[in-house]
Amino acid sequence: MLPGFGLSFGFTLAWLTLIVLIPLATIFLKAGGMGWAQVVEVGFSERALAAYQLSFGTAAMAGLVNAVFGLVVAWVLVRYSFPGKQVVSALVDLPFALPTAVAGIALTALYAPQGWIGQYLEPLGIKVAFTWVGITIALVFIGLPFVVRSVEPVLADLGREVEEAAATLGATRWQTFRHVIFPAIGPALLTGFALAFARGVGEYGSVIFISGNMPGRTEIAPLLIVTQLEQYAYAGATAIAVVMMLASFAVLLLINLVQAASRRRMGA
Amino acid sequence: MSVQAITESPVMRAVLITIALVFLGFFLLLPLLAVFSEALREGAGPFLDALHTADALAAIRLTLLIAAISVPLNMVFGIAASWAITKFQFPGKALLITLIDLPFSVSPVVSGLIFVLLFGANGLFGAWLAEHDLKIIFAVPGIVLATVFITFPFVARELIPLMLEQGKDDEEAAISLGANGWQTFWHVTLPNIRWGLLYGVLLCNARAMGEFGAVSVVSGHIRGETNTMPLHVEILYNEYDFVGAFAVASLLALLALVTLVAKTVLEWRFGLHAGARH
Amino acid sequence: MIHLRGITKRFGDYAALHGIDLDVAPGEFIALLGPSGSGKTTLLRIIAGLEFQDSGTVLLGGEDVSSTPVADRHVGFVFQHYALFRHMTVADNVAFGLSVRRGKGRLPKAARRARAEELLRLVQLEGLGSRYPGQLSGGQRQRVALARALAIEPRLLLLDEPFGALDAKVRKDLRRWLRDLHKAMGLTSIFVTHDQEEALELADRVVVMNQGRIEQIGAPDAVYMNPETPFVSHFVGETNRLPAAGGEIHFRPHEITLSADGAEALLVDNVFRKGAVWRAEGLLEGSGQFVELDLPSSGDAPQLGQTIRFNPHRARMFTADGDQTQGETR
Repeated sequence: MLPGFGLSFGFTLAWLTLIVLIPLATIFLKAGGMGWAQVVEVGFSERALAAYQLSFGTAAMAGLVNAVFGLVVAWVLVRYSFPGKQVVSALVDLPFALPTAVAGIALTALYAPQGWIGQYLEPLGIKVAFTWVGITIALVFIGLPFVVRSVEPVLADLGREVEEAAATLGATRWQTFRHVIFPAIGPALLTGFALAFARGVGEYGSVIFISGNMPGRTEIAPLLIVTQLEQYAYAGATAIAVVMMLASFAVLLLINLVQAASRRRMGA
Repeated sequence: MSVQAITESPVMRAVLITIALVFLGFFLLLPLLAVFSEALREGAGPFLDALHTADALAAIRLTLLIAAISVPLNMVFGIAASWAITKFQFPGKALLITLIDLPFSVSPVVSGLIFVLLFGANGLFGAWLAEHDLKIIFAVPGIVLATVFITFPFVARELIPLMLEQGKDDEEAAISLGANGWQTFWHVTLPNIRWGLLYGVLLCNARAMGEFGAVSVVSGHIRGETNTMPLHVEILYNEYDFVGAFAVASLLALLALVTLVAKTVLEWRFGLHAGARH
Repeated sequence: MIHLRGITKRFGDYAALHGIDLDVAPGEFIALLGPSGSGKTTLLRIIAGLEFQDSGTVLLGGEDVSSTPVADRHVGFVFQHYALFRHMTVADNVAFGLSVRRGKGRLPKAARRARAEELLRLVQLEGLGSRYPGQLSGGQRQRVALARALAIEPRLLLLDEPFGALDAKVRKDLRRWLRDLHKAMGLTSIFVTHDQEEALELADRVVVMNQGRIEQIGAPDAVYMNPETPFVSHFVGETNRLPAAGGEIHFRPHEITLSADGAEALLVDNVFRKGAVWRAEGLLEGSGQFVELDLPSSGDAPQLGQTIRFNPHRARMFTADGDQTQGETR
């Protein structure tokens, strides 16, 4: 038996309680104090509903884009060799390392109507900045590494042998991917999607510059919380925060359940 | 003629690599280039001038101060938590790990909000704080609290898997040879985990210096006083001082690049891996 | 059935196979035996189409399949670590080859199910079709892998170290079972092994490989009794080596006659029971060569420090360049 359990465990628990649990509990305490009727009224106002719809919708859209392209990126990084691969692999983590505000103004500089890319899209009638498309692009940036880093290790661990087995049984490359590889990496892909989605729903810094922040149109839920706070409408901010937190906990719980089920099934 | 029997055709491979590179180019590389290009748009002079303003320097100092306080706090916490979790068996361990991860699933804005609700003028302790003339929200302590909350899981996340993998044989051997707990920690455990610890600290620091949403809510944006670098970027940008905004942003981007390089070096040298969650 | 001509394969600078020729008759059970790095697995994978040879031809049933992709070769392959699809039930694993079949050969779903059931019965796993591979033991998994390979009615069955990942006991049972199955089905089969006992027990013919070359092909008895090269003599069964003028004399531990005036004398320094015999080890007087002898266990155990005089009654002489010059009693 090693020493230090009391000290390390006690400190961990105390610090966790002080920094995380008590502050988080405050929000539910506050919501409880308001009365649930009021929480529902403010938390589901027309403006709030529009914000949720935008936040959840764009986060889901970005998660899907990342699920597709993140899978391609992970595949290419695990399976193929090409010059500069190490640099590309390191670059994938850029969204983890780059402050969100920096990403936000950079993306706006690219996609604003006079921006590097925006100037070519504008004549085509495609508006990116200050629309939901811009928000989605920001969330794709933020969410990409979640998908790539979730899928990569599973893809790397998936032995060549199962693919060879499928081939000896007469499967084409596509059938092997569809029936053998994809089901094996499916849970990891789902995890990556869900992590990117949860992060996207709460994302603030990278979105507010490119979104234009028009209430009811391009106002994301986290921005609505900030707006409420600036007007000292603490109840409103709290109600929206509670709804968002419950939603993201529900998503994370769902992934855990799916993963536990697939682990159980495979008897691992 | 060395043909790989089980893989995609060369054409398919080229197509997939192209898709991946074009996608990453548009979504990752271009924004990064845009930061530096916009910062230097009017040449090096205006770029350096923008960094030399009193407000920018104050923001840089504050950001360094915040990181210097919150990173060591989370480092100590991360070591204590992973020691307790990986060296001992106790009921509720899985729950504890989940709770440590909790800040990852909270929106940065909400992370700021909770401290406003606690310590703001109308908050739970607002009246008491005012009575004693203490200021947390719209002051440096609030920024530190929000930053510690946001970066809470980083070090523990890296250390727990590493220490689980290493087991506790080394420590038990040290104890059986007569070392006490602290000696065992300093001479056995710490050397084993130092690179993993550095890795976690690196990621923790990047986030602590770059955090925007949570800090934005608690800071009050007082120039020269409670403005961190990311907040200063926002202020300059909203004032249409684009060169100034991108100049400060380029410093943060540089920090990100240094972090990525150091992280990659640690991954190559020591086989460390980041999880998918940050 | 199978005709290999001049198969060579390199991996970068490493030559894995140097010009392999091999003919296998229909219904034969062949063992590719050799140490790791001998090229046996590479050869098996080339026959399957999992690797392509650098030069040479592969004929299966008279058809040149040298550049036919694996999916079109119609060859059953069983992997050392089973390579089962973990997310599919056992029945879906077995039916996989049928469900990916395209065109007119494709069976309706009910027929595929029935076929999977039938195969599971054949490998004695009836009723386990709805389990997942993770819920089976190693021996059961390997039988699922076998049923899956048989489902496509392959013209040829290839097994790569099929017992390599199993416990000794399970391995023995499965070995006997596989031999019976081969007898019953008569399917041409090749398996790779590094275990000479396994090869001698199962195969109709053993192909001994070393460093990318075939050393000897023959019936198990012939390979054991009349090894053609020093490598085979040494690798298949236990062998004592005595230096002799112009080469080496090889004899097995039991190929001796005890005799008070024997030409060789062993100074015993270790004795233990090895199954039905006493095994005595030590150095020979004179040459100082290390030798192992088997002595009937009906007699008393040899004593440490005792000198045993004997003559090898059946020995083989290999000249320095590897040729065998003498095969019988000396």
